Amino acid sequence: MSEPLEIEIRNLFKIFGANPAAHVEAVRAGMTKAELNERHRHVLGLREINISIPAGAIQVVMGLSGSGKSTLIRHINRLIEPTAGEIIIDGQDVVKMAPEALREFRRHQTAMVFQKFALLPHRSVLDNAAFGLEVQGIDEAERLRIARHWIERVGLAGFEKSYPSQLSGGMQQRVGLARALANDAPILLMDEAYSALDPLIRYDMQTVLLDLQKEVRKTIVFITHDLDEALRIGDRIALLRDGSVIQQGTGQDIVLNPADDYVANFVQHVDRGKIVKVGSVMVPPGADAPGADGSIGAEATLLEALHRMVASGEKCLGVTGPSGQPVGLLPLDRAISAYAG
Amino acid sequence: MAWFDSFPQLADDNLRALKKTIDEAFRTFSRSYGASLETLFEPLKQFLIWSERVLVGTPWPIILLLAAGLAWAASRSWKIVIAAVVTLCLVGYFGMWEDTMKTISMILTSTLMSIAIGLPIGILMSRSNRVRAVINPILDVMQTMPSFVYLIPVVMLLGIGKVPGLIAVVVYALPPMIRLTNLGIREVDPDVLEAADAFGASRWQKLIKTELPLALPTIMAGVNQTIMMALAMVVIAAMIGVQGLGQPVLKAISNQYFTLGLFNGLAIVGIAILLDRISQAWGARLQKHRGVKHV
Repeated sequence: MSEPLEIEIRNLFKIFGANPAAHVEAVRAGMTKAELNERHRHVLGLREINISIPAGAIQVVMGLSGSGKSTLIRHINRLIEPTAGEIIIDGQDVVKMAPEALREFRRHQTAMVFQKFALLPHRSVLDNAAFGLEVQGIDEAERLRIARHWIERVGLAGFEKSYPSQLSGGMQQRVGLARALANDAPILLMDEAYSALDPLIRYDMQTVLLDLQKEVRKTIVFITHDLDEALRIGDRIALLRDGSVIQQGTGQDIVLNPADDYVANFVQHVDRGKIVKVGSVMVPPGADAPGADGSIGAEATLLEALHRMVASGEKCLGVTGPSGQPVGLLPLDRAISAYAG
Repeated sequence: MAWFDSFPQLADDNLRALKKTIDEAFRTFSRSYGASLETLFEPLKQFLIWSERVLVGTPWPIILLLAAGLAWAASRSWKIVIAAVVTLCLVGYFGMWEDTMKTISMILTSTLMSIAIGLPIGILMSRSNRVRAVINPILDVMQTMPSFVYLIPVVMLLGIGKVPGLIAVVVYALPPMIRLTNLGIREVDPDVLEAADAFGASRWQKLIKTELPLALPTIMAGVNQTIMMALAMVVIAAMIGVQGLGQPVLKAISNQYFTLGLFNGLAIVGIAILLDRISQAWGARLQKHRGVKHV
């Protein structure tokens, strides 16, 4: 299994148009997307993106359509050429790679899953899953062995000989996932991979991804427009609007401390109980609070704490740290007000 | 008002001189290069002679078996296999077996040549809009120029016989092959191409593993059209010495032998329908897995 790699995106700009390089300075100096379009007929894709993605983490990039999130993910394997900026992976700047080096990089360091699946319709499930390995030049017996393994892991055993057109959307995306995982690349790029699926199937596929991630530990960049999906999957979330990152941090950071009204608006309908951890809303020990009855871990969610208090009638819980030491208190009224926002 | 009543044309003398100069130049060209061009086409001629000899020389039961096997391999349909055998039997029973074999040999050779020339040109054309802008008008000329007109220089250069006939047929039958190859490749789903790029496919891998297989049904439609157009040229090619079903038709026209013309004409139609159904069934089988995509 390959070691996960970190991804460092620095000062990335993307402008679409006839002469994009000429307008980078103006955009850097603060020209807006609307101004750029009106005055110079160029479209601002991305503005000064800086994101550090730790090795082995799931980074979600979230935004509505037109926010530039799909453009951003295509810069990581350079399916789109940036106008300015750097993308450092494993000590190398992807932006400066020569074509041959870039091809090797795409073959071995990244794998991608697409919104519209992008499977080869004339190939069976097995041959689709083996496509990346075939491009790498791995011999047939070996690549089919690996592909078969991953088809099984994504829950498609028995469908090896089927064709994509015979499968449902969810199953087709499982093939897309198997194709990407078969590559064993340290970086997995998922471009709205689940957006085309029904909510229930989407939830299933998120579970598949989270389960697999425990074992394969890849650096995953996951694009989505669905906040619930972002909060469920992402170790870290970057919110994109009009090509700029307006906030990044953990899901809890974003829900508890939205950077501006736009973000606040975005997160107001989220079920905070599932996102917020007890540790971040507790009061310090010794504060003015009723005596604690039972105790709960700081990493538990607010919803779990509330369920317990309702079930047992406890008015206040002691909060304990990782080694069981008391770190604070969670009174019922505090829990309720945090839950309501 | 003379200029108003009749179009102000080039003076007769000048016009005559112009035509004469061009004719003279071409005649000189064909006199000095005709022989070397003929050597150039020698391998083609040998191949034509060889394929005709094989088809004519092979005993008829074996040809029938081969035809049935081919029809089955391409279509997996008993109806088409039986139709193929019955057509060939009728053609043979009415005394046209040898001519039919000669015609089929010609069609196969010109189709192979059209694919060999048309596929790379079509691929090239799909790669660049500039190449397409150059090639498209050439294809228009090839398809609309009356065949008799380009028979003249071909005959002047290479004389009468199999090779000039083949060239005339290929000129006529090539355009659909090029056009549909270009179209097929341009219509390949860009999402799939992006996926190929994302997995690090080289240009060649992309062509072989995604573009050509995805364009294949359209390319097969081009092959089918090429075969049909080649068959349509059989009679015209007979005028410059191509043997086969076209020659009796020519004879029938000049001597007003109605039945002779009808029999050979029907044989051409029979062969055409046969080749059409076989190649179409094959194309359809290639599309088997491209049904409606569930999303």
